Amino acid sequence: MVYVTRLEHFNAAHKLFNPEWTREKNEDVFGACANENWHGHNYELLVTIKGEPDPETGFVYDVKKLSSIIKEKVISQLDHKNLNIEVPFMQGKLCSTENLVIGIWQQLLPHLPKEVLLHCIRLYETPRIYVEYFG
Amino acid sequence: MSRRVSVFRKEHFNAAHRLFNPLWSDEKNKAVFGLCSNEHFHGHNYELIVKVTGPIDPETGYVIDLKKLSDIIKATILDRFDHKNLNLDTKEFAQLNPTAENIAVVIYDLLHSQLGESYELHIRLYETERNFVEYPVQLP
Repeated sequence: MVYVTRLEHFNAAHKLFNPEWTREKNEDVFGACANENWHGHNYELLVTIKGEPDPETGFVYDVKKLSSIIKEKVISQLDHKNLNIEVPFMQGKLCSTENLVIGIWQQLLPHLPKEVLLHCIRLYETPRIYVEYFG
Repeated sequence: MSRRVSVFRKEHFNAAHRLFNPLWSDEKNKAVFGLCSNEHFHGHNYELIVKVTGPIDPETGYVIDLKKLSDIIKATILDRFDHKNLNLDTKEFAQLNPTAENIAVVIYDLLHSQLGESYELHIRLYETERNFVEYPVQLP
């Protein structure tokens, strides 16, 4: 079994805000991240698939094709967007990196060919903060 | 005469912005600035490198105390821009398009007013890992 990872990136605005709470409680829990006028990040997205190398190509899967699927199904929905108000699959969810990585997994999985096993999605919000999801 | 040395302090801040010229139509803004003019904003992790050049102080051995420089950057720049919407939350960019170029010049002016004339100041600002700007221009 070999693990293959493709790195993509996108830039987006968001805020951490729970509409069930008062502004004071949001600021207390989320601090500067609750700023009502948004802030933003350069997100780095690492998608790892796994499988045996195909004897004819030597590939687990053509990473150029993997990149095209990620760009078409995920990056195009997120890049230069406001995650809270412009991304259909994040509607009604808190825009934490944790929830975002689960959303990206669910968005990507149905579009991968059956022979491609999705292993892990790692999402960097900053160079020092990242989350991982294994499905 | 003491030899001149450059010292550097790296800081970072996260902010939302959009590129938009209010004198243009939405169509023209979109044509020129593309995705960056999205009316709902987008954002970046900005990396800021502040370079200070000057003589080594014979008493301390410092060009400038980097802890003090860090405190000045924090009070003057990070408290102003971190986790903010540059277009909506800052007076510096209420009328000025917050491109990386303009942000670097604004940061230079803000820090210059704190540091005074005794230090030569230079700003490098990364908007993404691959896009960065420098001010002032350094002649070869």
